[in-house]
This record gives sequence, C-alpha cells and structure tokens, in this order.
Amino acid sequence: MQKIIVGIAVSFSLLFAGCSSTKDEQKGAAIEDRTGATQPTPPTGPSTGSVTDGGVARVTIPPRDSTPSDNTGELAKRSIFFDFDSNIVKEEFRPTVAAHAKNLTQNRTKKMIIQGNTDERGSREYNLALGQRRADSVRQMMTVLGAQGGQIETVSFGEEKPRAQGSDESAYTQNRRADIVYQGE
Amino acid sequence: MILKDILISLRVALSAALLVATQMAAAQEPLKIEITGSGANQIPVAIAPFRDEARLSQQLTPVIAADLARSGLFRIVDAGGAKPQHEPEQVDYAMWRARSADAVAIGSVAQLPDGRYDIRFRLMDATRQTQLAGVAYTASASQLRLTAHKIADAIYEKLMGEPGAFATRIAYIVRRSRTRFELHVADSDGHSPQVALASNEPIISPKWSPDGSRLAYVSFEARKPVVYVQSLTTGARQAVANFTGSNSAPAWSPDGRRLAVVLTKDGGSQMFMVSANGGGQAQRITSSAGIDTEPNFSPDGSTILFTSDRGGSPQIYRIAAGGGGAQRVTFDGTYNVSPRYSPDGKSFTFIQRAGNRYNVAVQDFTSNQVQVLTDGGVDESPSFAPNGRMILYATEVRGRGILAAVSSDGKVKQRFTVDAGDIREPAWGPVVSK
Repeated sequence: MQKIIVGIAVSFSLLFAGCSSTKDEQKGAAIEDRTGATQPTPPTGPSTGSVTDGGVARVTIPPRDSTPSDNTGELAKRSIFFDFDSNIVKEEFRPTVAAHAKNLTQNRTKKMIIQGNTDERGSREYNLALGQRRADSVRQMMTVLGAQGGQIETVSFGEEKPRAQGSDESAYTQNRRADIVYQGE
Repeated sequence: MILKDILISLRVALSAALLVATQMAAAQEPLKIEITGSGANQIPVAIAPFRDEARLSQQLTPVIAADLARSGLFRIVDAGGAKPQHEPEQVDYAMWRARSADAVAIGSVAQLPDGRYDIRFRLMDATRQTQLAGVAYTASASQLRLTAHKIADAIYEKLMGEPGAFATRIAYIVRRSRTRFELHVADSDGHSPQVALASNEPIISPKWSPDGSRLAYVSFEARKPVVYVQSLTTGARQAVANFTGSNSAPAWSPDGRRLAVVLTKDGGSQMFMVSANGGGQAQRITSSAGIDTEPNFSPDGSTILFTSDRGGSPQIYRIAAGGGGAQRVTFDGTYNVSPRYSPDGKSFTFIQRAGNRYNVAVQDFTSNQVQVLTDGGVDESPSFAPNGRMILYATEVRGRGILAAVSSDGKVKQRFTVDAGDIREPAWGPVVSK
C-alpha cells in the first residue's frame, strides 16, 4: 500500500482533498468514508511534495457539498469575459478561474484547453493574437494558483467563432471571452 | 468537428471539383461588378466580335471587354452595327476613327481536329492602321475564359506599357453558415469559382505560393488554428505548423520553400520560419514581449513587414528576413495592420483605423506618404494584383462580406457580387507563366 504523500501540497490537501485520485473521482466513489484502512493513491504529477510523516496517512476529507465537481458552482462556469482591448481578468471572474485552478491542482492528470476569443472589429490575424493573449492571461492566473503549465494549452479562435452574431456592443461583449474546455469534453 | 468528416468532405470536394465548379457557375446569379471612378485618360479601344465565337460555350470578346472596362483605364468603343471584320485587311478604320477608337481588337476561332480551339487575335492601331500585337492560342473548351483573360492582358500590356493581371486567380473564404466554410479559387474577375476546401470550422488567411500551385491557410478543424499547405492540382495537403498553442498567419518566402508563421508555443504570438513541405524545426525570427503577426516578405525576400503592438498600439514594422532589430514604419494613427508589399517593393498596402472605420491605405517607403484609398469602414485583407495596379480587399454591404478592389492610386473602385455567401479573406494570386 502506498503511503500518502504530505508536504508542500499539504495546504491544498487539507483544504480540497487533493489526495483523492482522479480515478476515484471519476467513478464517483464514496470518498467520505476513506480511512487509514483504504488509503487513496497519491495524486500524480511531478510537483507534488515528497515529504512523508512516518507512514501515517493524514487526510482531511471535506464535506461532500464542497467536493469539486465539474458541474456545480464556479466549475460550471466556463467563460471569462473581457473589456474591450483588454486581457485583464476582471474581479467578478476570479472565483471561476480560482475554482478551475483548484480543480487542476487537485487533479494533476486533468488537462484543459483555454480558447481565447475577440469581437469582430479589426484584422483577423491580429485578433487571433489578441484572443491568444486573453487565453494566456487566464492560464497565468491559474498557474499562479497552483495549476501546472503543462495541464493547460492555450489557443485562440480570434473573431472566428462568435458566440453572439451581430455587430453591436451587446454581441461584442459576449464575444470578448476565454472559454475553458477540459480534455475529453 | 471530426477529422474524418473533413477528410470525407475534402475527398468529395476534390473528386467532384470540376462538377462542383460547373454547378456553382450555373447556379450562380449573374456576376455583378460595380465600377466607380476611372483613370484620368481612358484609352478608347474597340473589340470586334471574333469570327465563329458565337459557336463557343463561352464567348471571348465580352470577357475581354469586361476585363478592360473593369480596370477603369479603357473606354470600350461601341462595336454595334459594324460589319464583320476578323482579318487586318477587313478592318474599317474610317468607322473606328469616327467612333474615336485608338485601337481595334479583331480575331477568329477555329476548332481543331482534336476538339480544341485555335484562337487568333490581333490588336490594330486605328490611326496608323498597323498591327500592334498578334497572338495565337490553343485552348480546350474549359480554357476559353482563361484565353479571353490572356488576350485582355496582351491588349493591356501593349496599350499601357505594363503587364496585365486578368489571367490570374484569386482565393477567398466563403462562410455559408456557422458550420460551413469554403476556400474558393476563382478567376480574377470572380468567375468560375471552385471549392478547394470545405470545412465545418473556420478557415482564414489563404496565401498563394509564388508559383500559384499551392495555397497556405489556417484551418480551425482541429479545434485550434493549424497552418496547412494544399496543392491545387492534386488537392493533397499537409499541416506545416501544428505546434502546441495557436499556429497562424502564413507568409510564403519568394522562393516558395519556406513560410513565416506565427506560433504561440514559446509564449506570446511570435514569428517563426518553417519548411513549406512540413517537418523540421521552427526557427524563431522575432523576440518581443508584444504580439508579432501578419508577416509578409518583400518581393526580393530580404525583409519582412509585420504587425506588432510592441510599442503599445498595433503598428507595422520591418525586419530582416533572418531576424534582428525591427524598424517601425507606420506612425499615423493608433491602429495600422495587415501589411502587404507592392510587387515592386517600393510601397505597401495595409489597413488603417480612423475612429471606428477600417480602410485600405498605401504608404510609400521613400516619402513615407500615406494615402487612404477607401471609405468602406469595415475593409480588411488587402492584397496587390501582381502588376501592382489594383488592390483586392474584403468589405461589407448590409452585414455581408463581399470582394472589392481599388486601384493603387485610389481612382478606380470595383465591387464584386460573386456569391450569395459571406465572403472574406481574399488573396490575389500570382501570374502563372504557361
């Protein structure tokens, strides 16, 4: 039986059950009931700390309603919207970015693509680069919060895949955004 | 988007390429070209109907006359009521002079035993009553329009003293719906479009190889931008830039062996060189903290123009093709993008924003004078005709993209209504010697 690794990532472990494996989560296993008798496997990923505490697994399991899930709360939100000519993640979208960063941090095998988008004004290729900058901006925030760069690929659709048709500000507002898509989705 | 679907649709498009083209041409509304403005001194030229051209599936002289008229540099003299004249000794010079023609085109068509056509034309000087040009062509039925364009080029060159660009092709993207995008190749007048690629995902930035045999473009079929090169003769294609992140903005080197592309694999949007045949490493050519995109090689291959916001707003810069220090070349306004060198390398066209309007402009390298050529307000993707005389671009009418062209002196403007779809991203192809 492998020992639980506790260390640098301990704060994440305590807060977010970082030691529950991706497999368990995917199966929807009853992780609340986990004790020393059924030790979960450590999370994969090279940046996890490797300090053990004498062979005793110490895992704090959060209550179910705060268990990260792809379908509830902030994780259900997949779009970050931007101001005109800006790649700054606005305050109101930071909880969403943080929730997805947390999800990646706790599940090192998870990967996502962030797709940057712009409104239709101006050069298509320049807009492609602006959309990339928006996606990169979201990724940078996620990596600061603990996600690994290798878990996130950033690409741009520029102005090519508008969510809202039309040439007015209400359409533009919908189209200046970055979308989060998990691998396999 | 499933790759298999793309391949199937691609295969269908390719196997049925000619069929598709025929159907499209037949199904189309008549081509409408609206011309405004004209050159200062239009040359009056008469085009007499060619002998036996009425038997052809495609008459020649209407195409020739339309080409010349569209340039804004010629006035087509009415040939109505003229007696048939196809050989030099038949030309009624007195009548043409009375109608103020400076030159008269005459010609004939004869079918050869193999089914092809022998097409002969002569350009006569109406005043001196001498021959200015005479050319014979052998063409199949499918090459009749091309032959007409070549005759228009011959007339243009003889009377203007510079090559024509009628016998060239253009590429552009048609958006039919949110899930249907097509890469088209058509004659320079928008006729005879053929579908080179159909996809459920967007396609942008088609760019002609210098020899006109291949197109590079950016396709989003893999849910991210990837640069492909496609042969127009075989339809075979290959991803030539498919790195982590976004791959876009292809630009051919003049020798056709390499492409400058924009990659984000190392962070930011930066320019790299890749092989036009795929494979190999990408060599980085810019290193800035900003966006570097929309590269375009000078005709001699020594320098690259590109768009960068390294100075705070998007402006056009020039860099040696091997990399090194960049020199800013645009200073008017806060948004100058999409640079393309003129064929002689002495100027470039680009899009300049003024207020909320995006217009086609040209700037001379020597004087640094900027001339804004259009007032459409939503213009994009300018590219020069191979003779430098016209600039093709995309604009919008009632929310729908259409093709337009403007002469590089701004005097002649054309709008093409070639298709019911939403058209964007035009690129004028090179002169193909054959």
